Amino acid sequence: MFYLIQLLNAVQYGLLLFLLSSGLTLIFGIMGVINLAHGSFYMIGAYLAYWLARLTGNFWLAIPLAIAIAFAIGLALETALIRRLYRRDHLYQVLLTFGLILVFEELRSIFFGDEVHGVATPAALDFSIPLTDTLSYPVYRLFVTAVCVAVAALLYWVIYRTRLGMMIRAGNSNREMAASLGINVPLLFTGVFAAGMALAALAGAVAAPISSVFPGMGNQILIVCFVVVVIGGIGSIHGALLASLAIGFADTLGKVIAAEYSAIAVYLVMALILLWRPQGIGNQA
Amino acid sequence: MTSISPPRPLLLAAVLALAFFPLAAPTFYLQLGAKIMILAIFALSLDLLVGHTGMISFGHAAYFGVAAYALALISPQYEAANLWLTLPAAIGVATLAALLVGFFVVRTGGVYFIMVTLAFAQMLYAVFHDTKIAGGSDGIYIYVRPKLTIAGWQPLDLENPAQFYYLALIFLVAVYVFLSRVLEAPFGRALAGIRLNERRMRSIGYPVFAYKLGAFTLAGALAGLAGYLAACQFGFVNPDILAWQQSGIVLMMVILGGMGRLHGAVLGAFFYVLLQEALSAQALLGAYAKHWQLALGGLIVLIVLVLPHGIGGVLEAALRRRSYRRMSRSGEIA
Repeated sequence: MFYLIQLLNAVQYGLLLFLLSSGLTLIFGIMGVINLAHGSFYMIGAYLAYWLARLTGNFWLAIPLAIAIAFAIGLALETALIRRLYRRDHLYQVLLTFGLILVFEELRSIFFGDEVHGVATPAALDFSIPLTDTLSYPVYRLFVTAVCVAVAALLYWVIYRTRLGMMIRAGNSNREMAASLGINVPLLFTGVFAAGMALAALAGAVAAPISSVFPGMGNQILIVCFVVVVIGGIGSIHGALLASLAIGFADTLGKVIAAEYSAIAVYLVMALILLWRPQGIGNQA
Repeated sequence: MTSISPPRPLLLAAVLALAFFPLAAPTFYLQLGAKIMILAIFALSLDLLVGHTGMISFGHAAYFGVAAYALALISPQYEAANLWLTLPAAIGVATLAALLVGFFVVRTGGVYFIMVTLAFAQMLYAVFHDTKIAGGSDGIYIYVRPKLTIAGWQPLDLENPAQFYYLALIFLVAVYVFLSRVLEAPFGRALAGIRLNERRMRSIGYPVFAYKLGAFTLAGALAGLAGYLAACQFGFVNPDILAWQQSGIVLMMVILGGMGRLHGAVLGAFFYVLLQEALSAQALLGAYAKHWQLALGGLIVLIVLVLPHGIGGVLEAALRRRSYRRMSRSGEIA
């Protein structure tokens, strides 16, 4: 039973990472932009959920609102700043988005302070399923897993089964060719960027009752997402899914075996995969 | 990127100005000056990768940090360590770390390289933050600064701010001269070739992997020197010293000064630290000084958008305009 709980935790964490890294990998793959501020949107989502849930008194209202606000910020950011970086060296993308992280982090500090805030689990899901006499599993974690599976399925459907997805994949494999076939690439880029930000915010919002909201939460998860993208291969959605689950398991297993070294286990997995397939598991050499 | 190196008299004047600075400056500014020069060594080491080899490392603080930790861990607790032993040991640890990490990361390029250098640096961060080997997240103190003696004679007392300042200055000049020689040497020319066109260098027959690994390791070693000096100066090391923010800040210095120019890295370190001091000065900005990172972040965004070649680039453009005007006056250009 203990192992069932760890298994469920690993899947839940892995899928949450997938929500974040799918946006990150698509933005890399399609737009060629390395976006360090991706983690900031995870934080923005979590803090918006915290703030809106207290403001409206309803967590279920807070989540869609948080997503909508993050989407709007993503739109504004892409048109004002990120757009100017498409043809520039990765170095400048790194720096500009690093500057954005500092800005978002300080705004967070100004508006919400530097304390850790708990977010109440919505009442409807605030109970646990008893597994044995002493062990039980919180239903809210199952709900997070379900949300992640639903979003992953939706993402898969959009990308592989719709006309929009076809355009996204076309942009991913060859930007110039897609443009010359009449796809409005700038509009597509803006949409993909904002959608990626909305996904990151969703991940932050649903994770908030589990992890609470705290300073630096976005940076911590951003680095893990980078590891996922490196392992999965840039631009590869199914690579990101496999890598997210692998990291979810490595991290959970590490915590069970030797808690102090669990963070290191994640990077060791990355080092091994880099030796084996430097281009990531989802991409062909 | 063609960059002109500043004329030799100008460099000499800058060194002389730095050398005479302690005669006029109060202790606070001496410490600030030493801190800036240490960070300038750090920025110089990163510029070897970013500006001269085209490898954008986003984890350079790792080598700075491990050397600082090496000094903290091998220093005896209540007496001075020997500089002749601890400095090579700390640089050795940084070199080894860079060699090991480099072996993995140098085979990747572009965006991968950025992310993988970052990830390995975070791995080291996790080692020092999560485990108890060096005080965990609380960090570790160095109570007594290392001692520099030559056969019983002590030329520089590191406990004295002015003398520590001179030690930092000596190392800065040494690293600057060393790197400008390296860049002129065949090794440096090969790195420039790799930056311009890696595939071409490979097809001519250069062992590109070995050259890049060599550059990565050398940069790690020099970052280690800077880290050692920083640990000496502050007497305290915690995991923040190798966190990714630190890697971002040193990258920022290189860009701010103008990458691919050695004097740019030094200028960048100066401007960055002075900027930070100004933005976080309560006397200047009052209560907003607490949130200085907000202004810093905004400035970084602005610099990327309007000053891609940094302050070094602006100065060069001004110099070029001047020499152009002079030449057109004397009739060399019609």
